[in-house]
Amino acid sequence: MSKVELNKETGPREVFCGLTSIVWLHRRMPDAFFLVVGSRTCAHLIQSAAGVMIFAEPRFGTAILEEKDLAGLADAHEELDRVVNDLISRRPEIKTLFLVGSCPSEVIKLDLATVSEKLNKRFLGQVRFVNYSGSGIETTFTQGEDGALKALVPLMESTDDEKLLLVGTLANNVEDRFKKIFNHIGITNVESFPPRQSTELPKIGKNTKVLLTQPYLSDTVRDLKHRGCEIIYAPFPLGVEGSSKWFLAGADAFKINELKVHEVIAPLANRARQALEKHTEILRGKKLFLLPESQLEISLARFLHNECGMELIEVGTPYLNKDLMDEELNLLPDDTKIVEGQHVEKQLDRVRATSPDLVVCGMGLANPLEAEGISTKWSIEMVFSPIHGIDQAADLAGLFSRPLKRNQILTSKTLATH
Amino acid sequence: MELTLWTYEGPPHVGAMRVASSMKDIHYVLHAPQGDTYADLLFTMIERRGQRPPVTYTTFQARDLGGDTAELVKRNITEAVERFKPKTLLVGESCTAELIQDQPGALAKGMGFDIPIVNLELPAYSKKENWGASETFYQIIRTLLKDKVNEIDKINPQRWKSLGRRPKVNILGPTLLGFRCRDDVIEIQRILSEQGIDTNVVAPLGSSPEDIERLIDADINVCLYHEIAEISCEWLKRNCGMEYTTTIPIGIKNTINFIHEVHEKLDLPLTNKGELENKSKLPWYSKSVDSNYLTGKRVFIFGDGTHAIAAAKIAKDELGFEVVGLGTYSREMARQVRAAAKDLNIEALITNSYLEVEDAMKKASPELVLGTQMERHSAKRLGIPCSVISTPMHVQDVPARYSPQMGWEGANVIFDDWVHPLMMGLEEHLIDMFKHDFEFVDGHQSHLGHTATNAPDNKETKQAQSNMNIQEKSILWTESGKAELTKVPFFVRGKVKSNTEKYALSKGLPEINDETLYDAKAFFG
Ligand code: SF4
Ligand code: SF4
Repeated sequence: MSKVELNKETGPREVFCGLTSIVWLHRRMPDAFFLVVGSRTCAHLIQSAAGVMIFAEPRFGTAILEEKDLAGLADAHEELDRVVNDLISRRPEIKTLFLVGSCPSEVIKLDLATVSEKLNKRFLGQVRFVNYSGSGIETTFTQGEDGALKALVPLMESTDDEKLLLVGTLANNVEDRFKKIFNHIGITNVESFPPRQSTELPKIGKNTKVLLTQPYLSDTVRDLKHRGCEIIYAPFPLGVEGSSKWFLAGADAFKINELKVHEVIAPLANRARQALEKHTEILRGKKLFLLPESQLEISLARFLHNECGMELIEVGTPYLNKDLMDEELNLLPDDTKIVEGQHVEKQLDRVRATSPDLVVCGMGLANPLEAEGISTKWSIEMVFSPIHGIDQAADLAGLFSRPLKRNQILTSKTLATH
Repeated sequence: MELTLWTYEGPPHVGAMRVASSMKDIHYVLHAPQGDTYADLLFTMIERRGQRPPVTYTTFQARDLGGDTAELVKRNITEAVERFKPKTLLVGESCTAELIQDQPGALAKGMGFDIPIVNLELPAYSKKENWGASETFYQIIRTLLKDKVNEIDKINPQRWKSLGRRPKVNILGPTLLGFRCRDDVIEIQRILSEQGIDTNVVAPLGSSPEDIERLIDADINVCLYHEIAEISCEWLKRNCGMEYTTTIPIGIKNTINFIHEVHEKLDLPLTNKGELENKSKLPWYSKSVDSNYLTGKRVFIFGDGTHAIAAAKIAKDELGFEVVGLGTYSREMARQVRAAAKDLNIEALITNSYLEVEDAMKKASPELVLGTQMERHSAKRLGIPCSVISTPMHVQDVPARYSPQMGWEGANVIFDDWVHPLMMGLEEHLIDMFKHDFEFVDGHQSHLGHTATNAPDNKETKQAQSNMNIQEKSILWTESGKAELTKVPFFVRGKVKSNTEKYALSKGLPEINDETLYDAKAFFG
């Protein structure tokens, strides 16, 4: 058992809510549409988080609640019907429509489950309706993906076939790579969840072995377990160490000899370690402070400490699932300070007091910290960039070494005006 | 329920944040769930600010809802006052907090602080960002000046004479996340000081609660952005008789009119009338021979009220464009925009839906779009050059260089920003001459054109074009017709295509060949 120091903190936060997951989920499943049932704030949030500029016509939208919807709930259901009709006639290519609950729809107790059921009957064979909540009163950032995946589990058909199921959204190239490596190791039946098409859900059952690719899927994991799946506990596939242990755990579940795994991944690991060197040169001995946002913080801290030699000041996480994180916590140095939750002001006080070389944080805090002379890295980049796997270890390290490198290039000397 | 894919305006509390963040010594306690903290990034990312907005979010969660969220509000207010020591406290709520009815403003007032507390009631389900900003500014002014205005006499705009000092004005309306507000203020202050007029207070941008209390030291108010400052100007007029200007100094004509208006209100004689004409390069540039090609360019305009109206006037009177579309998402300014459109013999488009705007744009088939970030996208899809003239904007619309929209320099900036996406005149002729050259690339852009339009690798454009083809497949283009069409410069190709099709339909022609194209051309003139 690891002797890391676990703390809890409450207070004002500075994190995205679960709705934000939509911005990567809609790219993963291009045949799906995400309709947030919420306020103008919710609409503005996803628009701002996604960047107004990237999508010609996004595959997400918001049904904005108005005063008249708040007055009578029956109306709201009819209104939602109307909006959904509009949407589907406009976008006939939609195969799955996620109705996404938000804070306001939760507070007024809008029953999206019933709405989905009705719509499912009406659009039978054309569009499938699924509902979940990405509300900020219940979820942060990546937990939205947990909600979306959990909502899909009941739709997955049963099978007794033996298979390895990789769970959590990955970049396509990383996913392909993982499958290929597992094939080399000797596991041929490897599938992914979420799939690349929302309609191609993998089948699951008692011979399905689940290997998580992302640490924030607590609820999905619980439901997969209920469906009989076996959960393989492992560190997450970030960095050479995490990825190697992850592959080993997967192979072990299929009773594949460790030597066989080493044979496949050793060359990759050697190559990756070499590539890592130019980054560790910059990162070694530097002080790192991770503010909570994505739940990837613990795995990132483990990688940046163990493989890049960074010193951990504090590792924040919005939520800590001890079961899923146990393997990670064991790999951290004994005195690591983990803080679950947040009081953003107090946390920033600690940042200033400990003057870290690098802070991992959300987009709202990055420029203000830079203005105070503290280098930063956005958490959101970790959910958009291909960072998983042995082959990506150096790229992952590069995300953190780049801001420090910039500091070396743009010193007070080079920027001096006299 | 309103279906949106993109929205032009955020919720009203974002407007309040724009005012709070624009000011000094003010703090805003916002009763809101954690996700609403995203609003910070509008300031720190889009405006690239090095400071966090002065906002404390109460961050309530589902498990708090059963318990005492009011206690949570109070705790956060106490902490915020202790930590930030503001001179004025704003208290309000976001959409979700509005539903649980904690009334944080009233709570704060009962907590016995000795600073002014502004209770912001911004109905999130019926109002939007600009309204929220305007209301917040107004409530701050009202709270801080209420007692004072009762004591003073009506302010005479000409009192500067008897007081034996230069005339003084307030500049009201600029905020963070407004379109080039900071630079506009510099430009307007410079113009006023050239005329011997001092600036008393600029607000909200850069002002403190003390500055707000000093507003009544000025002789008149300059209302720079109606969306934000008109209500406040009205209140100051009603309660202390302060006059305010209504001309928005964007473009040469309006800048001159603005200077006249200020002088008239202050009863200050204008000494350098003749000089005013030569202050900006725009009039000469648009008369210069290279601008020949600008004549009659069809332009489509959409944005907030202030910028859209100004753009229409400049386009028509100062650049010689033909305005083929004018609209706004600012319903508060619908009346003025309608009037401006009427002057141009077109119908104003007042809408929240960027898809409607895109449709209108398609129909009008302009050669240039002046719009917001959303129109930039739609225009890109349609292969039309675009310049952004209004919020909402992208970080690239917050340039590092001095780049006002108002006054003389503003007119220079506008000339460059609008004309560069088009092709420069001489090049247009050259393209005509050289279009059969092997180096010629279809869809060539000016080296000055920084808005990519239909570059060959632009997927969106291709998509849009193929969609168009599908929709219009009823009319058949022969090979010779198609070949001739590709010879038409890309920026008028859409128009030529649809005109030719219209012509072919009206004549009942089954297909379009090169001759049809020329017939149509002759027909439409
Ligand atoms: S984060 Fe990047 S993409 Fe998003 S708004 Fe800012 S500049 Fe644009
Ligand atoms: S925190 Fe709640 S109200 Fe705010 S954007 Fe997220 S879901 Fe909407």
